[in-house]
Amino acid sequence: MSEIKIAKTLDAKNLSCPLPILKTKKAIADIEIGEFLEVLSTDPGSVADFKAWTNSTGHELADQSTENGIFRYIIKKTK
Amino acid sequence: MSEKKKRLAIIASKADIPGAYPPLILATTAAAMDYEVGIFFTFFGLNMLKKNKLNKLKVTPAGETAMPMPIPQIVGILPGMTGMATMMMKSWMKGANVAKLQELMDLTVEAGAKLIACQMTMDVMKIKRKQLINECEVGGAAAFLEFASEADITLYM
Repeated sequence: MSEIKIAKTLDAKNLSCPLPILKTKKAIADIEIGEFLEVLSTDPGSVADFKAWTNSTGHELADQSTENGIFRYIIKKTK
Repeated sequence: MSEKKKRLAIIASKADIPGAYPPLILATTAAAMDYEVGIFFTFFGLNMLKKNKLNKLKVTPAGETAMPMPIPQIVGILPGMTGMATMMMKSWMKGANVAKLQELMDLTVEAGAKLIACQMTMDVMKIKRKQLINECEVGGAAAFLEFASEADITLYM
């Protein structure tokens, strides 16, 4: 993981479904292909949603971790 | 992207708060997942396309036995109870940071979703085209079916 450089961070904490996904869709448009987007969410449902969203859109969920109730996603833009 | 996009088709027939959210949540999310989205607004659902209407939608406690209000069902039909239930629900939703209906509709429009207003409902309820948002089109069952015939998911709500 050490080689991953975050191009942009999206703070989606305290937002309910579907806002974290909708804001992620917008945020990923702001970075270049091959770059990484970091998303922070407090929505426990986001774990399943980010898996589904990346599966569906083809972007890569490079890493997912949880700390103190905050879900952190690292998404690699692939297209 | 050369592959064919997935498509979601929804019939929205309700316009109380719990009825208006699901079509817009699914439409915006599907658009974020690169789906093509189309919604046919019919019967009460057509209210969702009226200008300046979304923020005025209500929820009634009458008949909704799962509504978490500390009152007997019969009280739900009294004047003022719908307003009270609406106020309570809006405050719970605000507390949970749920997007406003208008915000979701704006995103649906922005995503280029096909929004079809049911012509028959407009005739029945005497709704004029100019009362509806500019971004919708007016059509009938055939217009929706043509769109839905190519859909991967079709939902009636």
